[in-house]
Amino acid sequence: MATVLEAGANEGRSTDNTPEAVVVRFAGDSGDGMQLTGGQFTLSTALAGNDLATFPDFPAEIRAPQGTLFGVSAFQINFGSTEISTAGDQPDVLVAMNPAALKTNVGQLKAGGLIIADSGEFNKRNLEKAKYESNPLEDGSLAKWNLLAFDISKLTMESVKPFGLGNKEALRCKNMWTLGLALWMFDRPRQPLIDWLNTKFAKNKVLADANIAALNAGHAYGETAEIGGQVKKLHIEAAPQTPGLYRTITGADAISLGLIAGAQLAELPLFFGGYPITPASAILHNLAKLKEFGVTTFQAEDEIAAVASAIGASYAGSLGVTSSSGPGIALKTEAIGLAVMTELPLVIVNSQRGGPSTGLPTKTEQSDLYQAVYGRNGDTPLPVIAARSPADAFDCAIEACRLAVQFMTPVMLLTDGYIGNAAEPWKVPDPEGFTPFPAKFLQENNNPDGKVLPYKRDENGVRPWIKPGTPDLMHRIGGIEKAPDTGDLDYSPATHQLQTDARKAKVDGIANHIPAQEVSQGTPNGKLALVGWGSTYGAIHQAVRRARAKGLDVSHIHIRHVWPMPANLGDLLRGYDKIIVPEMNTGQLKTVLRDQYLVDARPLNKVSGQPFTIAEIEAAIEAALA
Amino acid sequence: MNEMTAIKTTLKDWESDQEVRWCPGCGDYAILKAVQRTLPELGADPAKTVFVSGIGCSSRFPYYVSSYGFHTIHGRAPAFATGLKLANPELDVWLVTGDGDGMSIGGNHTMHFLRRNINSQILLFNNEIYGLTKGQYSPTSREGTNSPTTPLGSVDRPMQPCAFALGAGARFIARGFDTSKNLGEVLKAAHAHQGAAFVEIFQNCIVYNKDRFADFTEKAVADTRQLWLKDGEPMLFNKGTQGLRLNTDRLHLEIVDVVDGDWKAAGVLVHDVKNRSIAHMLVELPMALFPVALGVIYDDPRPTYESALLGQDAVAREGKVANLAKLLAKGQTWTVQPEDQGPLSGV
Repeated sequence: MATVLEAGANEGRSTDNTPEAVVVRFAGDSGDGMQLTGGQFTLSTALAGNDLATFPDFPAEIRAPQGTLFGVSAFQINFGSTEISTAGDQPDVLVAMNPAALKTNVGQLKAGGLIIADSGEFNKRNLEKAKYESNPLEDGSLAKWNLLAFDISKLTMESVKPFGLGNKEALRCKNMWTLGLALWMFDRPRQPLIDWLNTKFAKNKVLADANIAALNAGHAYGETAEIGGQVKKLHIEAAPQTPGLYRTITGADAISLGLIAGAQLAELPLFFGGYPITPASAILHNLAKLKEFGVTTFQAEDEIAAVASAIGASYAGSLGVTSSSGPGIALKTEAIGLAVMTELPLVIVNSQRGGPSTGLPTKTEQSDLYQAVYGRNGDTPLPVIAARSPADAFDCAIEACRLAVQFMTPVMLLTDGYIGNAAEPWKVPDPEGFTPFPAKFLQENNNPDGKVLPYKRDENGVRPWIKPGTPDLMHRIGGIEKAPDTGDLDYSPATHQLQTDARKAKVDGIANHIPAQEVSQGTPNGKLALVGWGSTYGAIHQAVRRARAKGLDVSHIHIRHVWPMPANLGDLLRGYDKIIVPEMNTGQLKTVLRDQYLVDARPLNKVSGQPFTIAEIEAAIEAALA
Repeated sequence: MNEMTAIKTTLKDWESDQEVRWCPGCGDYAILKAVQRTLPELGADPAKTVFVSGIGCSSRFPYYVSSYGFHTIHGRAPAFATGLKLANPELDVWLVTGDGDGMSIGGNHTMHFLRRNINSQILLFNNEIYGLTKGQYSPTSREGTNSPTTPLGSVDRPMQPCAFALGAGARFIARGFDTSKNLGEVLKAAHAHQGAAFVEIFQNCIVYNKDRFADFTEKAVADTRQLWLKDGEPMLFNKGTQGLRLNTDRLHLEIVDVVDGDWKAAGVLVHDVKNRSIAHMLVELPMALFPVALGVIYDDPRPTYESALLGQDAVAREGKVANLAKLLAKGQTWTVQPEDQGPLSGV
């Protein structure tokens, strides 16, 4: 067994000290089960009481050619005994299952960090595929890191030998072997994994046993003297948390649950029309399994039919919901305009990804803000809400349902690939604590002396919701401009002016029915405010925390209600000397803030498909205050 | 259609207070009247009836019917209607579309709506032209059609809406034309069909494609140019002196003379609305050489999408309680206790 334990360079952390938080990155071939390994390590970590954040990073190809650089799939987890809000800037530990995984990920590893490599995969063929001229495990090129290389493939094969698996199947257990080692290193319980494997392979006992054996063998390997030395078992203390019941949750799961909760609070059946698209499909998958909650799911023939069916269902009195990613939202746009024009409730979830066009389907970006706020023909305002984390996505989904139902309007909920796939611990809420917002349907003629008035507005500018099937309230709606009250076709100049103004006033007025903007960290005025939205929350939060710890006058404002913005936001922003808007786009929120409030908001942009690191934002803070 | 208690209404009850704004002489007027005259005969309830349309001249239809109505966007009416029917299958839904709306921009939705078989009536007004946008050629325009976009005559071959519908898996196909006195009977048959009933209605666009169908719709030529099909009856036209026979060698239909009314001797086919193969041949008969097949061409119901899907959902719900608190706490959880602020138990 080739256990190579290189001496670490002088720089970097010492493994003898127990760190507050550790970032581990699992990287391998997209067929190596890295996402699964990472997901299970996440679960064990959460069960050990650590706060955590994860970042799955996988290729667009389902099975990219084996061993290639573009076929590398990685999963990063940051966990620790303090509050964690990003997946971590630089890994402390890199698990590399082949040369390509090492090559594409080692650059991000902290100096002095630990590399665990499967030397069995560092053969001539794989080295060539990864474009290595010599074996990095042997040529000294990894000197600035701690290297732990051994033949994981062979060790796995040995551990599963008693189960008589074929070569290919046996090697598939490699990820469990690696996971076993990682669990040992960080003192994580194995039992939840064993339970999970028994459930997953309930129909194939041999596979369950083989995977468990591999897991145990990896764990045992760590325990034996063969590692020892400089690699100490790392125990990360549990993070302090508010007492209560916890689970881990991804953004996609949180949105699915939030939609179900929202429909229940509105006392409406939920209709979900969707069309498969990365990274939004998970919501459709989730809801399709929850019929008992009054959910109807419909996989439409295309994105347009998905939104149209949802609007049709809303017209019939259900809560219509559709979801997609940027390109699909573009296709839905005309129908969304019809929902604005006819004033029907609708929730549109946009799981943003890198654009334009097909762009980076599996990578994250926040570049659909303009599309959400402005991206329709005509003056077509609708509320836009942005989730900042997986757990926050639950509350945002409920809020989207509330606004849609209370204001008879489509609502766009922005999330992204990072939030959708990432997991974090979530304090399970008690539904008793939610405030219901039951939908009201018009049952009797609101104009006893004449015909029903489907476009008669209430004090908030909201029209009544009338279900087809209701006796005596027959009326017609459509996309053509309509007279006030009656809704009869009317494209006279005065009517269009009046109705355009009324639709705008209704959406603008929502600002009075949403929470005031809070300062999430810092003071309500000062030298510098970082204003963010969406999934940059964690990185901005940590960067501001560190800067404030150094005594810098910087605050963090994170906007959930992107449109209309909270009524106090303008005054709040004017209380700071400088404003920086970190966004994973070329400056979209920055432009909206400048337009709305005439403030000198400055951009901090990144569009590499990777989330901001804390260090990048920290550097911007320091530069602004220098 | 749906099973529902018959409601007593008159034609007046189906007329909305909106001024009808089609061009004077447009075939749409006759279709509107035929529908409004037929609905009382069906015992339809205006409160449970919904007309859904896309964009185009035909799609203004819902505004003129005093039921519920939804004028949606170009080509997408079938998709809106799908959501509507899934949310409330009790509603009696009529789709009104045209050759541009239903066959061009909305062809994909029409195809999937028919394939899924959503219980409703689809009235496709075919005038072989884009009227509302001022006369461009459409997917059903005949080769050589002169239009603003094809000043030298169109070169692409037209499609056959009924052949498309059959190909998409439709279980009911019928044809009529705007001024026909038989249109009401066709609409009734469509309404009686449980599933998506596709009705192509040849409609005269008086401004941009005037008298396009006159060669078979005019009274003077009705006998020789119209073949009105009735289930179980021979396919006869021209006052019973001619009929259609199946050429079994070449597998196509041919015209045969009937002597002394002995259609059996002439080998004339008896119309069977469940015969899908003959239906294909009937809808593809070349208009110039054959009479135009009209009436109910194909009618062979099978379970609808909404009954299958909602039935499956109902079974999935059986014995399950929708407990939100339990759902939220699903999976592996752990409890943080006030005293230790650390994990006590993994569940």
